[in-house]
Amino acid sequence: MKHRDPKLLVQPGPLLKQPLTTSMAMRDVLIALAPATLAGIWMFGLGALLVLLASIAGAMLTEWTFLPEDKRRDQLANGSALVTGLLLGLTLPPALPLWMAFLGGTVSIGLGKIIWGGLGYNLFNPALVGRAFLLAAFPVAMTTWSAQTGSTDFFQVAASNLAAPLMHLDYDGVTSATPLGLMKFQQQSTALWDLVIGKTSGCIGETSGLLLILGGLYLAFRRDLDWRIPVSILITVAAFASLLFLIDPDRYPGPLFSVFSGGLLIGAFYMASDPVTSPLTPKGAWIFGIGIGLLVMLIRVFGGFPEGVMYAILLMNAATPLIDRYTQPRVFGKGLKSPQGGHQ
Amino acid sequence: MKLFKIRGGVHPDDRKQLAAGQQIENLPMPALLHIPLQQHIGAPASPAVRRGQMVAKGDLLANGQGMISAPVHAPTSGRIMGVGSYPAHHASGLSVPTITLKPDGEDRWADHIQGVADPFALQPEEVASRVAAAGVVGLGGATFPAAVKLNLRKKYRLHTLVINGAECEPYLTCDDRLMRERSADVLDGIRIMAHALGVERIVIGIENNKPEAQAAMAVVASEFPGIRIARLPTRYPMGSEKHLVQTLTGRETPARGLTADIGVVVHNPATAFAVHEALRYGYPLVSRVVTVSGKAISEPRNVRIPLGTRVQDILDYCGGFKVEPDRLISGGPMMGQPLPSTRVPMVKGSNGILALTAEETNVQEAMPCIRCASCVHACPCGLVPLEMAAHIRVGDLEGAVGRGLMDCIGCGSCAYACPSHIPLVQFFNYAKGEMAARGRAKQKQAETKRLAEQRTERMEALKKAKREAMAKRKLEMAAKKKAEAEQQAAAAAAPKVESAPADAKAPAETEA
Repeated sequence: MKHRDPKLLVQPGPLLKQPLTTSMAMRDVLIALAPATLAGIWMFGLGALLVLLASIAGAMLTEWTFLPEDKRRDQLANGSALVTGLLLGLTLPPALPLWMAFLGGTVSIGLGKIIWGGLGYNLFNPALVGRAFLLAAFPVAMTTWSAQTGSTDFFQVAASNLAAPLMHLDYDGVTSATPLGLMKFQQQSTALWDLVIGKTSGCIGETSGLLLILGGLYLAFRRDLDWRIPVSILITVAAFASLLFLIDPDRYPGPLFSVFSGGLLIGAFYMASDPVTSPLTPKGAWIFGIGIGLLVMLIRVFGGFPEGVMYAILLMNAATPLIDRYTQPRVFGKGLKSPQGGHQ
Repeated sequence: MKLFKIRGGVHPDDRKQLAAGQQIENLPMPALLHIPLQQHIGAPASPAVRRGQMVAKGDLLANGQGMISAPVHAPTSGRIMGVGSYPAHHASGLSVPTITLKPDGEDRWADHIQGVADPFALQPEEVASRVAAAGVVGLGGATFPAAVKLNLRKKYRLHTLVINGAECEPYLTCDDRLMRERSADVLDGIRIMAHALGVERIVIGIENNKPEAQAAMAVVASEFPGIRIARLPTRYPMGSEKHLVQTLTGRETPARGLTADIGVVVHNPATAFAVHEALRYGYPLVSRVVTVSGKAISEPRNVRIPLGTRVQDILDYCGGFKVEPDRLISGGPMMGQPLPSTRVPMVKGSNGILALTAEETNVQEAMPCIRCASCVHACPCGLVPLEMAAHIRVGDLEGAVGRGLMDCIGCGSCAYACPSHIPLVQFFNYAKGEMAARGRAKQKQAETKRLAEQRTERMEALKKAKREAMAKRKLEMAAKKKAEAEQQAAAAAAPKVESAPADAKAPAETEA
């Protein structure tokens, strides 16, 4: 008796898959960042939007250039370059010349990711690699902070934004120091509520603590990030700051100021928790987070820079393979001898 | 009952509702049965029948060979059509030695089939040998000869028999139905096994998604004080033997050891049922319950099938395909075997036939690993699947072994959890197979080397003996020559003495 078999795919199991995909995780990150991004654009005006777009364009164009032709569509569609570009843009000053933002995006993907072998192989957070490059190359532009424009001047784009590449920078707008800068160099504190809602100067996306935490909670809820990493970073920073505050309340800011100021929240929730560059196991995550928290406070308190989140994360990124090696989970039944030794 | 936590695991949608409500039905006898000689782990059975011979149901078709093997019996009465080869119940679809039987429709048991009135009066060895003669193997899918496991008491100090009714694979409901419908018989088999093992304590573990089976087993078990029902949390892979034992006892089986190392033997409820039939009625294992399910099946069912039934016959009984399936699997969707064809026969270890649609499997193109550690959290064995896969990808199999490849139980939790849809299990299966092949090659090489060395040694010895013999002969010859020469010399010496003065004179003459 002859019969036709149905067309069957013969592939070993498991043939069931949980519904989440990597592209969905990237989409979740974009959703989580949306409120803080919109708030940043609203507060710093059209110039900020242009900086974001320039950095995203730099990132995506680089990805497109270096990917093999048949993989371009899929890889760009998974959104990882978009996330990197956006994260970089959010950590840039709003009045940064657009060409620098574009260059930063290019370096983020080119030196931060592609050179390592593409998505999943990089040792350092790509967005922070781009930012570290910009800070080293253009220290003045990267530390000149414009004041918030407010709703009236939304469409005014700072002249510095539109500066031609490698030309002298002309800051026309009102500049003002960041809360951490004020604290470090002028011993001047900022009202906590302004920090929480983001009514301060700083990078485009780092000012509004509340919205960043909301997005972070969303990611933790969706299980896109390991909650241990942001939690351990924030607890370490708060504990360290409390200790200093108890020693000398006049010289050192309190724990809440330390947590809400600067790039700590965006760093803790969106950059340190990047799975590619953080440890694999829960134990590793705690070590990683505590390490970042300590480094952040050491740089802020004892270092020359007012802010140290970027370097703290990059340094701990470098330590990740080592942490992974020493925090391997225990293999089932390993090290156990057969108690009865088989034969009696 | 107090339960202990195990590491990792995943929670796939169990989809048991498709077939869980279907009572076990008997499949009408197919027109032809193809009975493979290897339906168990170990050596294949050797055929004991000839073409054209008439057999009764339960007659021996093939003898088990060696320590770990199992005999094969006739699933029904009929004529042997051939002892040849037929596509295997395996992804490869390669042909294996198979006996083809044409049922005569009478389904008549052989006359010699006879049960035991009181199995508990038998010696443990006698129970085990009857189980072995009935060809009973582990029916959970591993198909390890059950009698070998019953004989573990000779080597290990055992205290507990665990019945693995977890049935943690999605879709499968055959053990569930068996425990619900034949609870008394299953329990009887369990008690016979406990008797053979000489253990007092019996724990029947059943996952919480089978409350009816839990209740049914609890009712029949209530008469016996040593038997407890454990209500297991629904989580894959709860049915992994070592993890089940850890859940129930809190104790970890040593890596690459047996649960018997910690005094526990694990059996499946369907195996218990087969033991019951083998002891009480003398029936060998010639049929089993199979779950036929999946969204491509018209009428999902639980069917008792004669071994050797073609998959197609079962599908026909269940109304065929509703839609074209994407995959056909024997067993569960997590660890089951993909089947290449519906022609292949069912064997002792087949607990399910699943026809899945593409939508059900949700298998997508693999993306790069983003080290999200989902697989690390899902692994019940404490491995780091993503690193093992990375080592295997670049061909560093030893590196993967160093990371615990050989401790992987292949449950597929990692691949299920991976959001990048990386086929991790394929990596591991490939590496395990490759390592096994390398091991064999190495062994062969060592053996060849040993033989070659032995040969050289032998040849050397031979040469040496030859040389020595030659030398000896030479020596003898030399001695002989010498003796001859001496003799000659001695013979020549006499006239020399006479001429000696003449000789002595000569120099004097020259001097002068």
